[in-house]
Amino acid sequence: MAGKMVEIRWHGRGGQGAKTAAIFLAEAVLDRGKYSQGFPEYGPERRGAPMRGYTRIADEPIRRHCGIESPDIVIILDPTLLESAAAGVTAGSRDDTVYLVNTAEQPANIRRRLGLANGKVFTVDATQIALDCFGRSIPNMPMVGALLAATQLLPLDDMKSSLSERFKSKFSQAVIDGNLAAVERAYKEMVRE
Amino acid sequence: MAKQEQVSLTGNEAVAYAFKQARPHVASAFPITPQTEMMHKFADFVANGEVDTEMILVESEHSAMSAAVGAAAAGARVITATSSAGFALMWEIVYVAASLRLPICMALVNRALSGNINIHCDHSDAMGGRDAGWIHLFCESAQEAYDNALMAFRIGEHPDVRLPVMINYDGFIISHTADSLRMLSADDAWKFVGPYKAAYSVLDTENPITVGPLDLTDYYFEHKVGEIEAHKRAFDVVRAVSAQYGALSGRGYDFFESYRLDDAEIAIVLMGSTAGTAKDVVDAHREKGVKAGLLKLRLFRPFPAAELAKALAGKKAVGVMDRAASFGAWGGPLFTEVRSALYGADRQPPVLNWIYGLGGRDCDLRQIDSVLERLADAARGKSGETVNLLGVRL
Repeated sequence: MAGKMVEIRWHGRGGQGAKTAAIFLAEAVLDRGKYSQGFPEYGPERRGAPMRGYTRIADEPIRRHCGIESPDIVIILDPTLLESAAAGVTAGSRDDTVYLVNTAEQPANIRRRLGLANGKVFTVDATQIALDCFGRSIPNMPMVGALLAATQLLPLDDMKSSLSERFKSKFSQAVIDGNLAAVERAYKEMVRE
Repeated sequence: MAKQEQVSLTGNEAVAYAFKQARPHVASAFPITPQTEMMHKFADFVANGEVDTEMILVESEHSAMSAAVGAAAAGARVITATSSAGFALMWEIVYVAASLRLPICMALVNRALSGNINIHCDHSDAMGGRDAGWIHLFCESAQEAYDNALMAFRIGEHPDVRLPVMINYDGFIISHTADSLRMLSADDAWKFVGPYKAAYSVLDTENPITVGPLDLTDYYFEHKVGEIEAHKRAFDVVRAVSAQYGALSGRGYDFFESYRLDDAEIAIVLMGSTAGTAKDVVDAHREKGVKAGLLKLRLFRPFPAAELAKALAGKKAVGVMDRAASFGAWGGPLFTEVRSALYGADRQPPVLNWIYGLGGRDCDLRQIDSVLERLADAARGKSGETVNLLGVRL
């Protein structure tokens, strides 16, 4: 995706790590010498409330400081947001917008539920992977793994080394290892149409 | 040019690093909301022994500025930070800091004032303090927040100036967004900022001075003139310090940035993070053959009226975007100043105003697009409202 800015909008619920993932992806990209922005849509930080995160990735410095209205990629961390008017997951989407959804359902089902005629839909059961790999239903890092499988934004190994490096001051090695395993499994298990 | 590290930091972290590199003697802060992560990060540096600063935690923002004033009067290099309602609570002492000519450096993370309760970005807090006697720098990005925070010490502490400096950057949009920037090494930053030797200290018993006495009809006015004159002298200092920083970092600064402005027929004037978004929109209009440009004001106090009038002379239409309302006034505070600067100036352009982004309302590409469309109409002589609202649900 060289030469073009990639704009990613994350939809999750408070506590699912959408903010952490949006910012982490920006940092991981920066570690590879690209430019990035990662930021949440701040509001009352309530566990379970719909929230958005944003990531921009570019080869050139990024100047704009506004929300992402017309995303290249939409990542949905919670399938209960699919039909939520408050979440507005399809707002501003284009014919070529890519959707990545945390669900056990097949992409064709998700396409139907979102009412999409175009674009691409990918799915991954990130919650199950998170529960299996580190015992908590926080799907954000497996979603990052699946995103790399869907889009090749970064090589998987680069992202894993950024994760190890950037999380080591905040989390135990066991938590980091669990997340690394989850990322790798989601990368492999991501489902295409 | 100095070798620099490319890092990913939020605006708050970037300013915390700059403040650490300036090695302040004292930092005073009220450790509760609306304090920012900037001071949180700086307190980590102090706790970890990475900077030798006396960290004073006080019971209110009013006390935070009072402690800063006391420490600065004793001759210390002092930092503090606040935001929104915290700044409003400081207000009385904010004036005192400037009146006593104490070069305190403060990060003001621009956020809306109550009520209703809102935590998001606008410039209402800064505008409440615009007449307090401080130098105001506004930043587009985390990079600029870092750079301006370093330069603030040199500007405020300069013997020709001796005024406190506010580093304004947009709440959440800059303060909490991870952004890519280049950071000077600790050695290079220290070589640039250098140690601070205050001209006077209340603790210097060999040379006793009086600070903040009763100052009535006899000399109060003359002391205010001292502040007025210091602001005038600040222009040259801002330019000299910015030029030196430009040579060191490769990032030049002036009173304002002119973006595709020289040959522009229509131009936007604004401050803060929206400038970056506006540059993208200006580029899009340029690609369509529209001669659009941007003037991003960095130095709001002192206000560079003459230079600004010169840069905007002969434009067919100018649109000033204010991220603050001045209730009951004819337009926002930046608009009234820009228009006033242009009044009677050579080849005076028509100036329109848009109030935008209050309480963090997102200012997207389409909003700025609509401003440029309207300016293009005005340039063709089409009349309309002078003061407008942008991005409001009506």
